[in-house]
Amino acid sequence: MLGKDLLGIEDLERPEIERILETAQRMTEIGTRDVKKVPTLRGRTVVNLFFEPSTRTQTSFEIAGKRLAADVVNFSTAGSSLSKKESILDTAKTLDAMDPDCVVVRHKVAGVPKRIADVLEAPVINAGDGAHEHPSQALLDMLTVFQQKDRLDGLTVAIIGDIAHSRVARSNIYGFGKMGAEVRIAGPPTMLPADVETLGVKAYCSLREVLDGADVVMALRIQRERLEGACFPSVREYAATFGLDRAKLRYAKDDAIVMHPGPVNRGVELSHDLADHRPSVILDQVRNGVALRMALLYLISGRPRTRAESPQE
Amino acid sequence: MTGTRLLDDVAIRRALMRIAHEIVERHESLAELYLVAIPNGGVPLGRMLVENLEKLSGVQAPLGILDTTLYRDDVQGTAERPPLRVTEMPSSVDDRVVILVEDVVNTGRTIRAAMDALMDFGRPRAVQVVALVDRGRRELPIKIDFVGKNIPTQPGESVELVGEGGQLEGALEVLLERSGAPGSRAGVGTPGGDSSKGVG
Repeated sequence: MLGKDLLGIEDLERPEIERILETAQRMTEIGTRDVKKVPTLRGRTVVNLFFEPSTRTQTSFEIAGKRLAADVVNFSTAGSSLSKKESILDTAKTLDAMDPDCVVVRHKVAGVPKRIADVLEAPVINAGDGAHEHPSQALLDMLTVFQQKDRLDGLTVAIIGDIAHSRVARSNIYGFGKMGAEVRIAGPPTMLPADVETLGVKAYCSLREVLDGADVVMALRIQRERLEGACFPSVREYAATFGLDRAKLRYAKDDAIVMHPGPVNRGVELSHDLADHRPSVILDQVRNGVALRMALLYLISGRPRTRAESPQE
Repeated sequence: MTGTRLLDDVAIRRALMRIAHEIVERHESLAELYLVAIPNGGVPLGRMLVENLEKLSGVQAPLGILDTTLYRDDVQGTAERPPLRVTEMPSSVDDRVVILVEDVVNTGRTIRAAMDALMDFGRPRAVQVVALVDRGRRELPIKIDFVGKNIPTQPGESVELVGEGGQLEGALEVLLERSGAPGSRAGVGTPGGDSSKGVG
């Protein structure tokens, strides 16, 4: 169960996802204690190797490692030897020689965590690579939905926004699909991926249709600085067509929940009111992120190095 | 589940009633008691003890559930990490007399882990231990305060509390099985196995 690395939801089997979610659900209890620390990974080292800035995910992994008593080292690329033109693999090998027990990698190019994992002894967790995958986000989303709905099987999940450029969408499409939910996507046609059918989801161009009967509504962040004018004419038009507010939410099921991976563009993907209040579960997602990442570190970091031992057997 | 039956349901209930009497006898103030069950086997036993204490004294002691997995001393070496179980501590343990409830105590390592875990929830005035079965092969200086039955065992034997249909419900019994290599850590990585096998 569970290989050396966690690179994407696409690689996971359903029982592995279930194991991670069960472990994370137990980990949530530690966050409710006065003393939020257990000694499980004492003396272990977790390296956050972030080639792309990300305050939220990096902080979440850092808190998760510390709650398990691991030493967490943040290796950010600003001011590092990467600005001296050292290659990514050389940087990774240098880190590996310091014997970390887990390396958490974020990079703007898809596939970099895999390349690093192939040369490292230490297990690698993908914390987001380009438009490929963001497995820990999808897992914390599944955990949040499970807490609200008591199941994932048979639910209808609507993902709205820039699907084509979103690693969160891709990981969630794989994840919820593997867990038996029906995933639908919607957004401006310029933002829907070319390979919709191979992903096994149904694409919609209208908010009303995609929301009809949805149990879970997930709005994605619009990268307005990058995409305005290229994929949609204006932010105002996007907000009018695909932005969610309480009136539009009535198309979904009465008990539908609203999710967002953050940070929210208020008044664009979600109205102010919806960003702050139920049925939005955005802060639950953040809280669950720490527990979920604790589960990942518990399940895959610092295990005996079978690869190194095998030649002697 | 097959194996030699060491205790049947009647014997288990009788032992827990006797232990409840002993607890009442040894504590002047029952209001300060706080029972903490170690899952999985300790949980049904903890519930029965709380009921028995209430029958005897009218005082309902709080019952917490404390998983020791994240405090075990053998987790780091395992390739397959053991599954976590429930932890539910209803209130602070500060200044309470905590009674840990475990089904089978063997090496004492689970009790050591439970004491460490307990200290993360406050500063109990005292900690005592109830064990339904004491196998007596201690590897740490741990003393059991209230014992249901002393059953000396050999390495390679496992002693387990089981219920009906694989659940810890209905009629309970304690079974002895002879299996595995002597001294093997059979409990590592198997669900619910650690309390009774390798590290119990």
